[in-house]
Amino acid sequence: MIDFLTSPDHYKHWKISFNGRVASLALNIKEDAVISEGYELKLNSYDLGVDIELNDAIQRLRFEHPEVGAVIITSGQERIFSAGANIKMLGQSSHADKVNFCKFTNETRNSIEDASDYSGQRYLCMINGNAAGGGYELALATSHIILVDDGATSVSLPEVPMLAVLPGTGGLTRVVEKRRVRRDRADFFCTTGEGLRGKRALEWGLVDELASRSNLENAAFKKAESLAKLSDRPSDSEGILFKDLERKISRNSIRYKHVTVDYDRELRSATIMIIAPIEVPPKNIEIIHAQGCDFWPVAMARELEDAILHLRFNEPELGTWILKTSGASQNIAAADQAMYDNSDHWLIREITLYLKRTFKRLDVSSRSIIALITPGSCFTGTLMELALSADISYMLDGTILDSDIEPATVRLTNMNFGPLIMCNGLSRIESRFLCDNKDISKIRDKIGEDLTATEAENLGIVTFIPDDIDWEDEVRVAIEARASFSPDALTAMEANLRFGGPETMESKIFSRLSAWQNWVFLRKNAGNSLQLYGSGKKPKFERERI
Amino acid sequence: MKINYNDLIPNNVGLSDDRRLLRALERWQPAYLNWWNELGPIDTETFQVYLRTAISVESNGWANYGHVHMPDYRWGIFLSPPEPNRKIGFGYHKGEEAWSEVPGEYRTELRRLIVTQGDTEPASVEQQRHLGKTCPSLYDLRNLFQVNVEEGRHLWAMVYLLHAHFGRDGREEADEMLDRHAGDPDKPRILEAFNETTDDWLSFFMFTYFQDRDGKFQLAALSESGFDPLSRTCRFMLTEEAHHMFVGETGIMRIIQRTCELMQKHDSDDVRPFGGIDLLTIQKWINFHYSICLDLFGSEKSTNAANYYSMGLKGRYQEAKINDDHILTNSQTLVPKVEDNKISTEESALLTAINYKLREDYAKDSQRGISRFNKIIRNYAINTELKLPDAAFNRNIGVFKDINCSPDGTILSQSEWQEHRHEWLPSEDDYAFVRSLMVPVIEPGKMASWIAPPKRGIHGLDIDYEYVMFH
Repeated sequence: MIDFLTSPDHYKHWKISFNGRVASLALNIKEDAVISEGYELKLNSYDLGVDIELNDAIQRLRFEHPEVGAVIITSGQERIFSAGANIKMLGQSSHADKVNFCKFTNETRNSIEDASDYSGQRYLCMINGNAAGGGYELALATSHIILVDDGATSVSLPEVPMLAVLPGTGGLTRVVEKRRVRRDRADFFCTTGEGLRGKRALEWGLVDELASRSNLENAAFKKAESLAKLSDRPSDSEGILFKDLERKISRNSIRYKHVTVDYDRELRSATIMIIAPIEVPPKNIEIIHAQGCDFWPVAMARELEDAILHLRFNEPELGTWILKTSGASQNIAAADQAMYDNSDHWLIREITLYLKRTFKRLDVSSRSIIALITPGSCFTGTLMELALSADISYMLDGTILDSDIEPATVRLTNMNFGPLIMCNGLSRIESRFLCDNKDISKIRDKIGEDLTATEAENLGIVTFIPDDIDWEDEVRVAIEARASFSPDALTAMEANLRFGGPETMESKIFSRLSAWQNWVFLRKNAGNSLQLYGSGKKPKFERERI
Repeated sequence: MKINYNDLIPNNVGLSDDRRLLRALERWQPAYLNWWNELGPIDTETFQVYLRTAISVESNGWANYGHVHMPDYRWGIFLSPPEPNRKIGFGYHKGEEAWSEVPGEYRTELRRLIVTQGDTEPASVEQQRHLGKTCPSLYDLRNLFQVNVEEGRHLWAMVYLLHAHFGRDGREEADEMLDRHAGDPDKPRILEAFNETTDDWLSFFMFTYFQDRDGKFQLAALSESGFDPLSRTCRFMLTEEAHHMFVGETGIMRIIQRTCELMQKHDSDDVRPFGGIDLLTIQKWINFHYSICLDLFGSEKSTNAANYYSMGLKGRYQEAKINDDHILTNSQTLVPKVEDNKISTEESALLTAINYKLREDYAKDSQRGISRFNKIIRNYAINTELKLPDAAFNRNIGVFKDINCSPDGTILSQSEWQEHRHEWLPSEDDYAFVRSLMVPVIEPGKMASWIAPPKRGIHGLDIDYEYVMFH
């Protein structure tokens, strides 16, 4: 089983250090601490295990260290920054593992940018040795790259000339979209295996600053300090500690405190149930802060995120995720209100951003997502995003015979109109009604109202509203039908339908770069190259252009 | 107003406890009655008709006789009793438990099959709605109405499946069945043969002989279905379908008998002047009805049919009696083909030739009655034989659709076809002549000039019993 839970005292590859408002994340990979067998992590190359730690570190820096305004990513090894993803590991991975690995590493790099752009925690990169492939792509995710100018150290994206694959962790996209490197220069850069050094790298915009070997650390720290000064994060606030998650994994279920997952292996589905807090969440920011990672929105997000990642990597055959909620809707509304009222507080901002990133993980998961809204559920505000992220949703109209539970309602809050945007830069509501601003203001007017199935259907925020007579059959048939289709066709179809509207750098990474990379992975040319890499043998390509 | 549906609708499906069905029927039942009144047998509200009503599936329950007003007919919902531990007999799922619920995977396909079958049922009622005005006898009038109410019940049977198993989509499809009408240019019935009008009694008997026989074969294939409720519904419908074919077969036989009597009496093939229908005209009607019915089986090679079979939704005629693996992925067969203006055969995967096989079974079955017709003719020592036309004759679907053929299977040029087609198919004059014979005979026991009386009456009653009372 691949486990995404870790904490700094378990890190094998990263070292975090602090100096005032500047933190450093040093990559010092332990060659034999691999997540699976058959390769060594030479030249500071990484595998999924390294990225799981990085993801955890970024997360904790945000929540546990409000005082940190800038983070330097660098290497803890002499003369090598990072050679990127380990090639031997890629060569022996299944297609599914490669795709999942790339998706997760992309999400981690996006979260670095998210911290720089929205958290007031700016990332910069100090390249103290060769940064090749995924190594340079990691640097590209930061907002300032300082390269040692020693006449030897280069940045490079050698995937095409050396490995017959793409720099798929955002590399191609960020070179042209983020750094605005001219396309002809980018082409040359991506086809020259050795990459570029010093002056030319700076001239072409591949890095932001050069520093001599002796001055490198000083320059990086100075830049970090100046970035930290711009940060609006409080230097005098306590962070909140991410305690270990309570989690029980069995063969057909996972239990967290606020999230449960149950598998139906025959129908190849997993039912993810989010449970509302039993008690009314606090309104007061001091109390919220004191609750720390037990404050329901944070606790729920951590559990949901872990469940998503667990299912993605460890349960690839559970092709349909059924999203349900249960509990007191007013408690979700109260949590949303508390977040809205304190939205300028650093912690609330972090929680909101975390929720946003977690729901984004749902959006890019290669699973059919079906939301089931039944009496007793609480698709309110933050949790309504679950229904809006679903490919299709069913809401039970009316009550269930002989049950005294009130009919299901859904409720929109301010959380549905801005903070929780998708990777296309739109809220899920905006994304749903692409060209109709009037409709959206009509929906916005309903904030705070409990909407019946008919009202929700009329507004277009749920798909179908069978009554209790039809419910069971309709839902069963929908799930059975889903399970009978080709998983590949479904993944591709859903990925195309989920992200209408504008493109962003992030959406291009997932929709264009990743899709092309996955295609390349499936071709013989890539397989041969990855497997022969390091053997001294030259791959024979199929020469047909497709 | 609360209606007691259990009294109104005889059934063995637990209707009064089934909220889903009750809810669906509350809307559909009034719409159905509306349809019956608007498009069912014309001007018959006041008639009392001696009809058989099924009130249960037991041997003493399925045939209850009595005079009823047709709009008050108790259309029931019946499934043949379940076979314990029934297994799916063919396709990918062969050997698995039959499904009591619709498998989500095949919902669309099953719904399409049921809708296509269901659509034919009210269609024939619409096609035959004017016939009551020109009945050759009270006995025949009663049979017409019996067929009509049972076609109505078959619609109920299919609508039951849609209501019970297909949720909102099913209810919408059930509504659509009442919205499409035979021959309606905007919303016609799904299958073309069900948009023709049946406005003379020769056509009616041909229809119940040929079209209802197609129904028999479709129902038989569906009764093999892995979806058990469909299988059980169709098995019960087949008992009624058999009666419709009886009406058709005996009707044609009585016409032939009358024709032969007239031929013998007047020593002439041309019995038209004596109020009979000559054998050539009967042959033309056979040619027409048989050929359009072959179209109902679809193309000889069909991917849909192959899929339905593999999915376990629709089998072959008497599937269990066929000696093969019932999976057919490795079986071949010969199917007709047309190449260079010649008809020959080619090897084809048996799976894709399921339609063709069912059509062949239908052809064999159709021939049996034809042989009985010829026996009557021989008994009168008349040297004429009625024949089924070749499968290539007058076809609009399948491999023969682009060629013209004579009834013996000779390929003809367009001009030859135009020149001779009315020697084989009814012409306007033929229709006009047959229509001219359609004069109502409503005195109990009396028969029209062109048809012999039946051998016996209904349910042991005399032929001159007042089967229909006009009030």
